Amino acid sequence: MTASPDTPTAAGTPERREPRWHRLPVVSHLRRSVGLQRGMLVAGLVLVALLLLTALLAPLLAPYGYAQSGADGVRFGTQQPPSAAHPFGTTVAGYDVLSRVIWGTRTAVAVMVCAVVASLFLGVLLGLVSGYLGGWVDRILVMLADAIYAFPSLLLAIVMSIVISGGQSNAWGGILAAAISITVVFVPQYFRVIRAEVVRLKAEPFVEAATVIGTGHRRVMGTHLLRNATRTLPLIFTLNCSEAILTLAALGFLGFGIEPSSAAEWGYDLNRAMADATSGIWWTGMFPGLAIVLSVLGVTLVGESLNDLNDPRLRTRRRPRRRRRGEAETPRTVNA
Amino acid sequence: MSPDRSSGPDPEGATTQVAAPSGEDAPSTPARREKRTGGGLGRYILVRFLLIIPTVFILMTVVFFLMRITGDPITAALGGRLTPDQLAERRAEAGYDRPLFIQYLDYLGGVLRGDFGTTYSDRQPVSRILLEYGGATAELVLYGVIVALLIGVPLGMIAARVRDRWGDLALRVFAILGYATPVFFVGLLLKLVFSVGLGWLPVAGRISTRGELTMGTILNPSPFYLLDALRLGDLSLLWDVLSHAILPAIALGLLTGGIFLRLVRTNMIGTLEMPYVDSARSRGVAEGRLTTRHALRPALIPIITVMGMQIAMMLGGAVLTETTFEWNGLGFMLAEYMAARDYVAVQGIVMMLAVIVAVSNFVVDVIAALIDPRVRY
Repeated sequence: MTASPDTPTAAGTPERREPRWHRLPVVSHLRRSVGLQRGMLVAGLVLVALLLLTALLAPLLAPYGYAQSGADGVRFGTQQPPSAAHPFGTTVAGYDVLSRVIWGTRTAVAVMVCAVVASLFLGVLLGLVSGYLGGWVDRILVMLADAIYAFPSLLLAIVMSIVISGGQSNAWGGILAAAISITVVFVPQYFRVIRAEVVRLKAEPFVEAATVIGTGHRRVMGTHLLRNATRTLPLIFTLNCSEAILTLAALGFLGFGIEPSSAAEWGYDLNRAMADATSGIWWTGMFPGLAIVLSVLGVTLVGESLNDLNDPRLRTRRRPRRRRRGEAETPRTVNA
Repeated sequence: MSPDRSSGPDPEGATTQVAAPSGEDAPSTPARREKRTGGGLGRYILVRFLLIIPTVFILMTVVFFLMRITGDPITAALGGRLTPDQLAERRAEAGYDRPLFIQYLDYLGGVLRGDFGTTYSDRQPVSRILLEYGGATAELVLYGVIVALLIGVPLGMIAARVRDRWGDLALRVFAILGYATPVFFVGLLLKLVFSVGLGWLPVAGRISTRGELTMGTILNPSPFYLLDALRLGDLSLLWDVLSHAILPAIALGLLTGGIFLRLVRTNMIGTLEMPYVDSARSRGVAEGRLTTRHALRPALIPIITVMGMQIAMMLGGAVLTETTFEWNGLGFMLAEYMAARDYVAVQGIVMMLAVIVAVSNFVVDVIAALIDPRVRY
């Protein structure tokens, strides 16, 4: 991929038109990254792709079902160490650990997507309305968001999961309960960012101009404010994805997850594995744990790289002084 | 500086030095900004203190009504086990048949008197649970913070010095791993290696049974086992207490240590580029001294403010750490009561933790204001 002199950036306008997809958040970041930063971004993207693919192809990849404790009338046996038949061993309930790890990606991805999409919509909507309208609606929403933001998120998720599912859940009920619990934690984050941007943008001349020529509130909000206020969203988005996985696992670990017979969930498996650990059985906890770590690591690496690439002080430069990305062909890191 | 960073919530805290001074007053509404014009430290402390009240009040209201949407705690606890008549009787006895708003006022009144309710499963005042188990949690969080600082500050300094080289990359991956690994998984690994594999450290608990007996002889015991062990002057007891604390402290400390590392790194990179550092360098100050003296101090200020935000996360982490290591603190009790479906207790403990977070945020903000005059309104 040869970079032209005016590679478009998220903020700048390109003089020479490039394919539209080059300006998409992650793609544009990838194009202007160099050296180690690019390595981190690529590693993160690979892990995320792996997670999504596994979730998508779980029925093909998993040797057994997530709640299957035997095949062809033969029971697997409980707490069997890793072997050819069960590469990751079996759990205390006689489930195949590998299968549960693979099926677990589905739960994680489902919760992640539901939670982040829901909080994105709610948070952006509330932030937009609150910032645009101002007044007492704004005051109350800001107070509420601040209060929730200051609250330990895990405790909030616990309260929410009690409210939603009363603690017991089937597959989709549990996934939705976890997702909503996490949504409540995330909404204030989007709300705050969008609101702050909207308040700033509202004073810009182009918004005033739009109001003067009689543009409706809805159009001003949708076109003039929303489009300009969403620049930072990819960043929070990735950070929240990783937090969603962690919160789900934490809820599961505390016993507020999804019943083992209705879906596979890593946090729950780790909870079960704690007792095994004392007797030296490592495989029941190791693999679900690694699955969590790798998923969160992948998402966080992506988010982290985007963060650095958005911040001119943290971005690795190709050359001192020549800040316009894409000018130097040879990646050269500078240690300032 | 692009405005997009100014209020971005950042769970990892990497960007926080450009963010607003504290978690609560980040989105400065016009009303709050006006306050900035006048007043000194005393005024700031007062305003900041008064801000606790609406925060806690809102949280209480939200949590109360949320918990009641689904029904009363008695139905939740005893659901299928009693006949509807018996259930109704129990509910009337506990006052859950009254209008929700009256119950709410009752609850608020109780909280004002320091009464957070009585647990349903073992009939204990929630405030006594706080006194009994809060010390253990405080001890754990304190150890966690110490470990986090020991990990975060030196490694962050190194990372900033070797910026963009392999050492930096390794440290940053370590920091991300610290964040990406759930506390309970770290706990599991630590247990597998140091307790089960090597047999060096105990698997769980705060103290051995024998140690507990010795501890029982002490008059008016403090909630901190370490303090009591020191008071007794018993070396084996001291080791007993410490050896139980090492693994939980590392598990909890790693969680925040990574965040501190990133924060110190980001801020050090900023301060190392400052003109005064250049000027010191030109005067012949050694590189090591530049890093540890000139650039470090200003880079540490944001850590203090972030620590306030981290307390919330630390408490969340403490719940998980305590469950993992059967550390008899508030979090461990919370998980126990959750398993028993005793939601009065859960609500009470959650609310108390929220108050603790609000108050400690206040304390941290005041400390930050004392150190850094720019923070004040």
